[in-house]
Amino acid sequence: MSREVEESNRHLLRARDAMDRAYAEPLDVRAVAAVAHVSEAHFSRSFRAAFGETPHRYLQRRRVERAMFLLRETERSVTDVCFDVGFTSLGTFSRTFREIVGETPSGYRAAPPPIEAPNCFQMAAMRPRVAAGVARRSSSFGEAAATAAP
Amino acid sequence: MITSLNVASIYVLDKDEALDFYVNKLGLEKGNDVKQGDYRWLTVRVPGEGGTEISLEEPGAPLHDDTTAAQIRELITKGAMSGLVFLADDIRGLYETLKERGVTDFTQEPTDHFYGTDMGIRDPFGNAIRILEQGKVEAVTA
Repeated sequence: MSREVEESNRHLLRARDAMDRAYAEPLDVRAVAAVAHVSEAHFSRSFRAAFGETPHRYLQRRRVERAMFLLRETERSVTDVCFDVGFTSLGTFSRTFREIVGETPSGYRAAPPPIEAPNCFQMAAMRPRVAAGVARRSSSFGEAAATAAP
Repeated sequence: MITSLNVASIYVLDKDEALDFYVNKLGLEKGNDVKQGDYRWLTVRVPGEGGTEISLEEPGAPLHDDTTAAQIRELITKGAMSGLVFLADDIRGLYETLKERGVTDFTQEPTDHFYGTDMGIRDPFGNAIRILEQGKVEAVTA
């Protein structure tokens, strides 16, 4: 039993890594599930059991974290940043950003910058937290609307 | 006064598989490989450095009961344990070399930052490894 869990975890982690690496690409849940060698339905359920959130939400937080970086460190417009990090609609980007970060992309850009640290530590430290109890919506990632966290 | 870091340890699921990855894929060299009873003291290290030994440890007896060992193994495979950060020269050359040796689990392709260029991979079990080539990079992309 334990070995099965380990193998499943390792496949799920590989899929999660794929989202971290290819967040800017038009990922859908089917493609990411294929990395984990599981069916679409099983993937979302087992990913959530392993990592505590749906793959859709994980990808959103990854994209928002990268958007936060670009807003802080570059002069690119909010619209450019939206497409740079893999969102396909400015409305979805702005709403998701606000839902996760608590302020608008332009509001975030105007705030004082964080400390400088090597990128891997900054990416980990700056990744927005899972917002408990926030309603989850369906999106272009192609996942059905999930219910709120138990 | 403490003068250096002698041994750091990471958990792996299988010592032989770990040795193959860290030596034959990543390019480290074997350090100690000593058996005492059932226990195998196995380390790898950066070649020629004379520095820190990295001990490859399997969760299990006599340090862990079966339940604890299973929990640690699950955490390793979720990528929830701590990892290693190495320095390298010619990181893009190393990236190509790793691909030629069959490494596929890249978590990040070589990427430029203000402090240098780094990349990320996972070992076969889920441990995170980052490799950095230090130095100023002119055009920062991410």
